[in-house]
Amino acid sequence: MRKPSEVKVVIIGGGIVGTSLAYELAKYQLEAVLIEKEAELSFGVSKSNSGIVHTGFQDDPSSLKAQLAVRGNQLYREMAKLLDFPFIPTGELVVAFPGEREQIEHIRENGERLGIPRLEIVEGAWIREHEPNLSTEIECALLGPTAAVINPYEVIYAMAENAASNGVTINCSNEVTALERESDCWAVRTSESEYKAHYVINAAGLSADTISQMAGIPAPRIIPWKGEEFILDRHADRLTQSIIFPVPQKETKGILVIPTVDGNTMIGPTAEEIDDKDDITTSEAGKKKVLRSIQRIVPCVREDQIIASFSGLRPAIAENEFYIREERDGFVNIVGIKSPGLTAAPAIAEYVVQMLAKKMKLSPRKGYIATRSAIPRFRHLSSDERNRLIREDPGYGEVVCRCELVTKSEIREAIKRGARTLDGVKFRTRSQMGRCHGAFCTMKIMEIMAEELGVTYDQITKRGRGSELVMESHELKAL
Amino acid sequence: MAAAVGAAEGGLKKILILERLPRLGGILNQCIHLGFGLTYFKEEMTGTEYAARYKKMVYERDIEARTSCFVHTITPQKEITFVCADGEYTVSAKHIVMATGCRERTREMLTVPGTRPAGIFTAGLAQEMVNIYGVMPGKEVVVIGSGDIGLIMARRMTLEGATVHAVLEILDHLSGLIRNKVQCLDDFGIPLYLQHEPLEIIGRDRVEAIRYRNNQTGEHKILPCDTVLFSVGLIPEQDLLIDAGIEPGNGIHLVGNADYIHDYVDAVTREAEKLGRLLA
Repeated sequence: MRKPSEVKVVIIGGGIVGTSLAYELAKYQLEAVLIEKEAELSFGVSKSNSGIVHTGFQDDPSSLKAQLAVRGNQLYREMAKLLDFPFIPTGELVVAFPGEREQIEHIRENGERLGIPRLEIVEGAWIREHEPNLSTEIECALLGPTAAVINPYEVIYAMAENAASNGVTINCSNEVTALERESDCWAVRTSESEYKAHYVINAAGLSADTISQMAGIPAPRIIPWKGEEFILDRHADRLTQSIIFPVPQKETKGILVIPTVDGNTMIGPTAEEIDDKDDITTSEAGKKKVLRSIQRIVPCVREDQIIASFSGLRPAIAENEFYIREERDGFVNIVGIKSPGLTAAPAIAEYVVQMLAKKMKLSPRKGYIATRSAIPRFRHLSSDERNRLIREDPGYGEVVCRCELVTKSEIREAIKRGARTLDGVKFRTRSQMGRCHGAFCTMKIMEIMAEELGVTYDQITKRGRGSELVMESHELKAL
Repeated sequence: MAAAVGAAEGGLKKILILERLPRLGGILNQCIHLGFGLTYFKEEMTGTEYAARYKKMVYERDIEARTSCFVHTITPQKEITFVCADGEYTVSAKHIVMATGCRERTREMLTVPGTRPAGIFTAGLAQEMVNIYGVMPGKEVVVIGSGDIGLIMARRMTLEGATVHAVLEILDHLSGLIRNKVQCLDDFGIPLYLQHEPLEIIGRDRVEAIRYRNNQTGEHKILPCDTVLFSVGLIPEQDLLIDAGIEPGNGIHLVGNADYIHDYVDAVTREAEKLGRLLA
């Protein structure tokens, strides 16, 4: 066995919370490691998140989660500029049918108490003008202009790249197998390596309860809540300008219309308590339910506009609140981060780092790099910019994914920045996400991966071990 | 290629073929099975041979063909913008022939419920894997849909050592050609189940099984497999026009499978040559 690496902090979990922590800790002069059991960051809970940066007004204003969401909303604006990821300030509308006005007025009061700016109740005429696809039965709506959409995985990769450039180590395919308290540190053993750390931050999402138990620390039990989402074809005109919410339900924010960063419309999610932390199936019943709810709000949505569906799990706990605390000996639990967890994540990181600052001296990292730049998106460039890129690197003139106009060099760059699976390439470049769903580009991408990573085709996976795409390679290299 | 040849025959001088792949021939290049050319060349050949034969006709006529050139925009003024390894260019033309072929419908379009593991491919992608790259997409196969590519791939996978357990068709009749059913399924003992509907794909990382229903009896079954191939229809590839909001006409022409789905390449060839001559 290799000698354990000695570090100050081990972060367990490479979702939005763990990666936010890696990004936040990278600002300070200390050694930190982030470990993730999946093949790549975001592959657990976060990749299936709806991508909404909430205003924060839908939760109880006295709760920690509401306060962190409001703060997170502010932090994302600054981060989007520094880390070069899309942040689309769509705003949101909570729509009220006859009889529901009082509820949205109540939400507005909550929001104002939290200091959320520019909340306004808009009437039918305003709605008809700005959101003509909404049902004419909607009487009024609460407008929250500070809501926005992001791509969760894109944000995770941006933060991780920045953290890595500042010296934070990121190790995927590392599943924690044991956690033991030694005299002055924690021994963290994983499937691949061992670490000795002064602090352990448990941001393990669906497995956060298991990880805490490994350390011998009781923590609330995770109850997975499944959500199914459906994506509509881009040819279907953007249905709404802002994110549309019904008045909130008891447990969830309801079934929404979400204009995505990529220009599609997403509808969902359902909310269903389940037992199985691996159950990410979609169902006919889920589709029907989402369509029924959405057609009430946007009557023109049709079933045949659905081009993709997926489902994800929310790591809920019994109490409707985040569970964030330093337990003992420098073990920090971050458990039960469901909605608005994505919004709150940067603020959760800030909050936990402030917690650690009381225990240890944090000095700013010398030579800290504050920015990160995104992989060039050929599709979004002007002709001059395209030609400049192609002159520097002809790979930008080779289109690999025709539906989304993704070039060979973008795929190569994604791999250089850490993509190890087809899904990882997909999330970083949008290849395989278009209308052919990868039928035309899968092999071409695998060819580039084989070349860049020095592997054979049968070693390439969709999203980690066990999801190999082909069964054997005769090694007849292409063309 | 056939439209270009037709136009050249008709006396047109300035013809440019823009092809996104590194070589001419399109999907024919991965069709290594027989059944092409019977009416046009009066002999039976593979798709690959058909493409090669036709390519020769293009080169003999000195038609300019640029490969690895990806057209991403056309305008109603008939300007075409394409990208290649030496830059982005815009050319304008009197006529644009869209011979862009078609694409396959996918599992996502049917929204078959269940999980999203590795091992779900369109029949055409599986064909590219086996015939172009020499890799096997799986060993225990179920084909959904009885389109021609699915039937051909059922045979191809069998010949490469896989077991094809069934071809499931939701309709009460075959979608592809009878000839392909006889030569690709019957000759290899692969069962075709009509009026059978896929209900769920099972498997976390890799496909483990498919659940389907016999719509005549209502009976549900779970069939273990590691690969599901979809052959559930083809869609003419007209996105360049749709994206630009252009209708065909005024010098913009659709031909072949980009216009509507054909059964035989020979028919596509004839149509395209005729169009080419008309434009000359």
